[in-house]
Amino acid sequence: MSLSAEELETLGREGAPLPLAETSSATPALTSRRGVLQTVWRALKTAPLTAWFGLIVILAYAFVAIFAPLIAPFGESAVVGNQYEPWGGKFIFGTDQLGRDMLSRLIYGARNTIGIAVLTTGLSFTIGGVLGLFAAIVGGWTDQLLSRAIDMLMAIPQLIFALMLLSIFGSSVPNLIVIIAVLDSTRVFRLTRAVAMNVVVLDFVEAARLQGEKLGWIMSREVLPNILPPLVAEFGLRFCFVFLTISALSFLGLGIQPPTADWGSMVRENATLIAYGDVTPLLPAGCIALLTIAVNFVVDWFLHKTSGLRDEH
Amino acid sequence: MNPILKTVLQRLGLGLVTLFLVSIVIFSAVTMLPGDFATAILGQSATPETVAAFQRQIGLDRPPVLRYLFWIGGVLQGNFGESFSSAGGLGGGHARTVVSLIAPRLKNTLFLASFAALVAVPLSLILGMLAALYRNSIFDRLVNLVTLTSISVPEFFIAYILMLFLAVRLPLFYSLASVSPETPFLERVARCALPALTLVLVIVAHMMRMTRAAIINLLASPYIETARLKGVSPGRIIFRHALPNAWAPIATVIALNLAYLIVGVVVVEVVFVYPGIGQLMVDSVSARDIPVVQACALVFAVTYIGFNLAADIVSIVTNPRLLRPR
Repeated sequence: MSLSAEELETLGREGAPLPLAETSSATPALTSRRGVLQTVWRALKTAPLTAWFGLIVILAYAFVAIFAPLIAPFGESAVVGNQYEPWGGKFIFGTDQLGRDMLSRLIYGARNTIGIAVLTTGLSFTIGGVLGLFAAIVGGWTDQLLSRAIDMLMAIPQLIFALMLLSIFGSSVPNLIVIIAVLDSTRVFRLTRAVAMNVVVLDFVEAARLQGEKLGWIMSREVLPNILPPLVAEFGLRFCFVFLTISALSFLGLGIQPPTADWGSMVRENATLIAYGDVTPLLPAGCIALLTIAVNFVVDWFLHKTSGLRDEH
Repeated sequence: MNPILKTVLQRLGLGLVTLFLVSIVIFSAVTMLPGDFATAILGQSATPETVAAFQRQIGLDRPPVLRYLFWIGGVLQGNFGESFSSAGGLGGGHARTVVSLIAPRLKNTLFLASFAALVAVPLSLILGMLAALYRNSIFDRLVNLVTLTSISVPEFFIAYILMLFLAVRLPLFYSLASVSPETPFLERVARCALPALTLVLVIVAHMMRMTRAAIINLLASPYIETARLKGVSPGRIIFRHALPNAWAPIATVIALNLAYLIVGVVVVEVVFVYPGIGQLMVDSVSARDIPVVQACALVFAVTYIGFNLAADIVSIVTNPRLLRPR
């Protein structure tokens, strides 16, 4: 899924250079807090049905993830019944291969799976974003060296690279987060560097440089606010991608380890039920699918809005 | 010298350099092994002697540069070393070479991947062109929604849905793709039908979205508009004016997706218990059988780089403008 997803974006992006002048007027730095809220509301009113659907789904997931212990009828890994009990009665979705309540595990799974994916994406953006801005502003040899090193890392398919690193460092949650974040930050680096390049050459950056501002200031106050919209959209896409990668790794038994409730491993653990025509293993997979679809819908709309593409979709 | 030939040779040289660097990255993975790795592999009961013997066996007592030269020399002669899981240090059994593990599975994976590609490539090109020609129509919107959905869901979701409805509830296909080298061709195709179908669904979605974007980009260019304004027929516009310039983006789309196919195959093989290289890699990662993991990673990386290189070369050959990069 991975590789072509971003190639797809790049293809789309090449056709549509970002109109910086238009988007920069909407950055938080220039408008007041109330103005931002109003802008958001105005945008939402005209949002298509798919975007609304996406937003509602995302909010529902966030709610479930945050209040998991209050919603779930049973504990995360408490054995409360027999193996593979059918749907209905005390257990709405039945029980899993060890007799744990499926619904409770789905609810806790939201917290674990999404939490880890958000953390990983955040780390990936911190690494990739800082390096990308740095490379774009400093330029010269530093930029060349960083870019070539990143190109090389990208020459190996990401899932394969992740599998190899996991076999060396062993699979634990911290290892998983760091490995996926580092591998994924290569994509963030590329995008940040590419969009920052357009801003770095503008006069106000030059002025800040001549004024003797420090590198950190130029990065965070001069360039970053002007490249925020594409980065926000990218965050959504990278989140989906990281989320799918982690789920795939967990499904392969190499990601989040039991007894932690996690959607990818839950599919793996209950997969035998498929052979009996039972849909239960599809529930966690469906949870993953629904969230990624929702995020993609919202990102699609956001990109459409910020890039001013009217006729391209 | 012919400028096209020169650029192609340059590109090939660049590809070789990338391969060399990637092989270094994959190799140095071993150097990053944590210190207690031998204990982790051999178990807590291993004596210091067995640990030392094991470390000597995988060459940890030699300098890294020497080890790399030794390793890459072997790889170039088709020798990837011996698998850990049956290595001499572990109970004295005879060691299996990595090649004997990989070769039959690589054949299976290539079979599955080419099966999926043969169906997916023509299908997605046709769908992509139709969607681009009739853009913003109901057909285009529907296809856009369906493909956006299918690229956002995990492969194992699609795989299990297909398995549940097309193999278990409606027993049309085999639910598990178990094949052996003796399986006759037709039966092999029948057994691979579901995994191939899963891959086709995922690839078609990607490929057709990219084809659509590429064609729309092209149809928006001024020279196509001129052709349209001077009254050229739509078919002639597509075949005489658009297509010659579309080869490069289409080749890129195909190559990228075939490269993706190689990765997507890992999950699909595990779902359908297909004896391919992806499943071998997953098993070896769980067993921390580093030589096999390295060999698999190298095979995947070489294929991936190869496809990207092919896409580059096709675009250079079909688009002379790329010869003079600005």
